[in-house]
This record gives sequence, C-alpha cells and structure tokens, in this order.
Amino acid sequence: MESPAVEISDLVKRYGRTTAIDGLTLSAARGAVTAILGPNGAGKTSTIEICEGFRKPDGGSVRVLGLTPERPELRARVGVMLQAGGVPPAARCGEWLRLMSRFHAAPLDPAALLERLGLTEHARTPYRRMSGGQQQRVSLAAAVVGRPELVFLDEPTAGLDPQARHACWELVGDLRAAGVAVVLTTHHMDEAEKLSDRVVIIDHGRVVAEGTPASLTGAERQLRFRARPGLALDELLTALPAGSAAKESPSGHYIIEGQVAPELLATVTAWCAAEGVTADDLSIERRTLEDVFLELTGRELR
Amino acid sequence: MTPLDLTPAPGAAPLRRMVLAQTGAEVRATLRNGEQLLLTLIIPVLLLVGFSAAPLVNVGGGPRVDFITPGVLALAVMSTAFTGQAIATGFERRYGVLKRLGATPLSRTGLMLSKTLAVIAVEVFQVVVISAVALALGWRPAGSPAAALLLILLGTAAFSGLGLLMAGTLRAEATLAGANLVYLVLLGCGGVVFPLSVFPDSVEPLLELLPITALTGGLRSVLSDGTGLPLGAVLVLAAWAVLTLGLASRTFRWE
Repeated sequence: MESPAVEISDLVKRYGRTTAIDGLTLSAARGAVTAILGPNGAGKTSTIEICEGFRKPDGGSVRVLGLTPERPELRARVGVMLQAGGVPPAARCGEWLRLMSRFHAAPLDPAALLERLGLTEHARTPYRRMSGGQQQRVSLAAAVVGRPELVFLDEPTAGLDPQARHACWELVGDLRAAGVAVVLTTHHMDEAEKLSDRVVIIDHGRVVAEGTPASLTGAERQLRFRARPGLALDELLTALPAGSAAKESPSGHYIIEGQVAPELLATVTAWCAAEGVTADDLSIERRTLEDVFLELTGRELR
Repeated sequence: MTPLDLTPAPGAAPLRRMVLAQTGAEVRATLRNGEQLLLTLIIPVLLLVGFSAAPLVNVGGGPRVDFITPGVLALAVMSTAFTGQAIATGFERRYGVLKRLGATPLSRTGLMLSKTLAVIAVEVFQVVVISAVALALGWRPAGSPAAALLLILLGTAAFSGLGLLMAGTLRAEATLAGANLVYLVLLGCGGVVFPLSVFPDSVEPLLELLPITALTGGLRSVLSDGTGLPLGAVLVLAAWAVLTLGLASRTFRWE
C-alpha cells in the first residue's frame, strides 16, 4: 500500500527547557488537504519544519512520502513555503521564480504561474518593494513551480487581502484536484473549514482534536439571535427541553444549543415575545470550527 | 487565463543546469549591487589610476604602475572572494534564502560550487578591466601567467574560506561591519599600495603571514620581477585556505 503523504508518530521536539512538540501523532493523506490549526506557540511551525527537514526531532518518527525527511530525493518531490522570508530582497520576482523553476525537471511555466497569481505586472519588481501580500504569493508560487507531489504551506494567507486569499484558496483547491497533497498551517478557521479534507487541532505540542471539518463541528446545531443585552436566560432554560444550553456571548448575541427542532424555535420566539424583545438575525447554524477551536484551546491570549 | 497543469511531475534538473542557473543569479546580484561594484571595481581602478599617476608613495625603482598593478589585482580578488561574498552570504542567511535554497533540489555542494563559480566569473571581469586600465597606463607584465593564475586561485580559496567563516557564524550586520573593517586593514597593511618597508622591521614578518600580503607579494614577484612560482606565498595562501575552509565547513550555520 502507498504510504501517506506525511506520517508522524510520537514526535518530540525541545528547545532548551521548553518542549515545543510533546508526543504528536498525525497523518496526512496523499492527494488531500490537511490543515494544522493551533494557537501561537502550539508547535505548528516546528512540526512543519521537521517534515521539511530543517529541524531534527528529539524523539518519535516522521515519514514524508514514506521517507525520512532529510532524504535528498524529497527536495524535488516536496514544495515548501516558509512562514516568512526565503527570497533575496533585491531579487526581481520573475527572475526568482525562473531560478526556482530551473532546479526542476518538468516545472510549470513561471510566467503562467505569475499570471495565475496576479503577479505579472510585478515580474520586474524587486521582492523588497512588494507588499506583504504580493511577497506571500511569490513564496507560494515558488512552492508549487516544481510540480511537487506534496506541498507544505506555513500560514499561506497571513497578511493577504481578501482577493489574494481567494486566489490562494483556489490554487490550493486546484492542487488537490490535480492529486497534490497539501499540508498547511493556519489561524483562520474559515480557511481550514473551506479548504481542508482533514483538520488537526494542536495545542501545547499535542493533537487535541482531528477529523473532517464536519465531524469536528458535529451534527449539533445552534440557534442564534441578537437582542438587547442582559436578558434573563435562566427563565428561558426552564422552558427548553433538558440538555439545552443558552448563553450570551458576546453581549447582545444569544446562542441556544441543543436539539434544534421546530418546538425549540417556537419556545424561544414565544419567550422573546413574552419578554417584549424582538429577536434580530435569528438563524439556525452549525457550530463553527472557531467554536470548537476556542472550546479546545481556551480563550486566554498568548 | 493560461491553464496550469498542476499534476505532480517531480524531478530534479541535472546538476549542471542547477549550478549554472544559480551561478547566473549570483553574478547578476553582484553586478547589480552598487556597493558591491564600488568595492570590486571602482575602488581598485581608482587606486590603480591614482597611485600610478601621482608619486604618493616611494615604490623603489621602476615604473609605479608595475608596482601598483599586482597589488590592485590582489585587492580585487580579496574584495570579491572575501568582502563581497561574506556580506552577500551573511544577508542570504539572515533573510532565509539559504534555508529556502536548502529545500530545493540544489544540494549544498551544488550551492557552494555555484558561489565559487560566481566569484571566479566576477574575478575574470575584474582582471580584464584592471589589466586593460593598467596596460593603458604603461604596465608591462613579466613572468608566467600560469603562476599568477595559480596564486589567484589559491588566494580566492583562502579569502572565500575567511568570508564564509564570518558569514556562517556572525550576525549579518556584524559580518557587514567586520568584512569592511578587515578589507580596510588588509588594504592598508598588506603591501597593496604601500610597500611593507614602510612598517617597522619588527612587524614585517607578521605582516608577511597575512593572506593579502602573500597574494600581493606573490603576484608582484611573478608579474613585476618575472620570478618563478614563489613558494613562500603559495604555502601561506594554501595554509589559510585549508584552515579557513575547514573551520567554515565545521561552523557554518545555514539558518
């Protein structure tokens, strides 16, 4: 059987006394998009950079396309987008991409790739004069120009404007459709939810949850509405079926969780009427990945 | 929009193509960089013209241009192989370029080969320009071109080792400052434009051990005096090359 694109088991990485990765196990399938989600300092970049062969693990095992990450033959088969930098500031982006393409046997046409990413008119612009979003796109282009089987994208859409973000998403979708495995890290829940076949949420160097976006957000649905802040939810709860939950978060935004059935909707609207409030933007939604993420990793800032 | 075929077709290009592409990029970067050009070409040519024309230093008997030209050739080698390479590589390390190149099929050996070829290509350009100016100023070189070439290659190896040793261990800013400082000090006391005889007798033997002094002195004895290969200079340069390249390969940090 063909080995997975990435297979990591019991990975450990320490920097001095801090343990950045603490027994992490995950696998990424070929031809699929795997998103690694996690708060800052969760170990996302360390994990990716070990897979890319930049760092040595302190324990556990890592296989990339069935090989140990330092194997030189992987360099031609794996595309890499670093979180930042990696391009000489004075290099013109067209020349840089052409250089990167010359390292490969059957690369994409650099000009077509630039056009695809909306960079054609900047082909002669030195990297340092480009905006952050344009720089990100140059790095993304360099990651795919060699027609790899697997690409690692470390925060590919950080700092991108909405247009550029959609262009990036589209490219990731096309890579997947062409049979390329993509492993990316992100903070953007919508990105993970839209793009990926599989989401792995990591925190403190360990996997805290994984699955398809749908399995993570669950079948559970929520009723949401807006109204004046400070409604007495306790009273509503007594009227709702057992196992329901109601909360106000943030102020003026109400979320009712539980068996969202017509009766529940009726109960809530009746209660609103009795309270003399109009429920605005009443909607029934699935839990978002962001809800799951915050539940698992907590709300404190780090 | 042009359709892109993203279907995987992985494979490394032949080493020759990768090395040529990287060498071309390095040469372009050097020739496009104003400060590099100042260091590698403008300063050497100005020193050549200035010190040949005006009796600024007592160079003993013979035409001044015959004394100055070998020194300026040595300076050109040092500026490219040491100063330019140290600064460029230091900043490549700082900007993650070396790291990124490490994720391409170009191996580290391939990258070092490209850097060496780029240094040699720039040196060829420097030697052509400096020799043309010197010949126009009345330079009459003597001696064996093969001996001069061997000295230049050994000097290139010694200075590259020294440059990479700095670039691979110090912060980019420290490399920038250090490489320029070393350049100035070696320019001043390596016999490039001032003969070693201007220094006290007690320090002269020490100065003889500097790589710039060995290269300048070696080139001068071949090109001006027409002697055979100067073994002392060859030994000093070879020792520096072995020492610095050995240390650089052990200590170089790619990130």
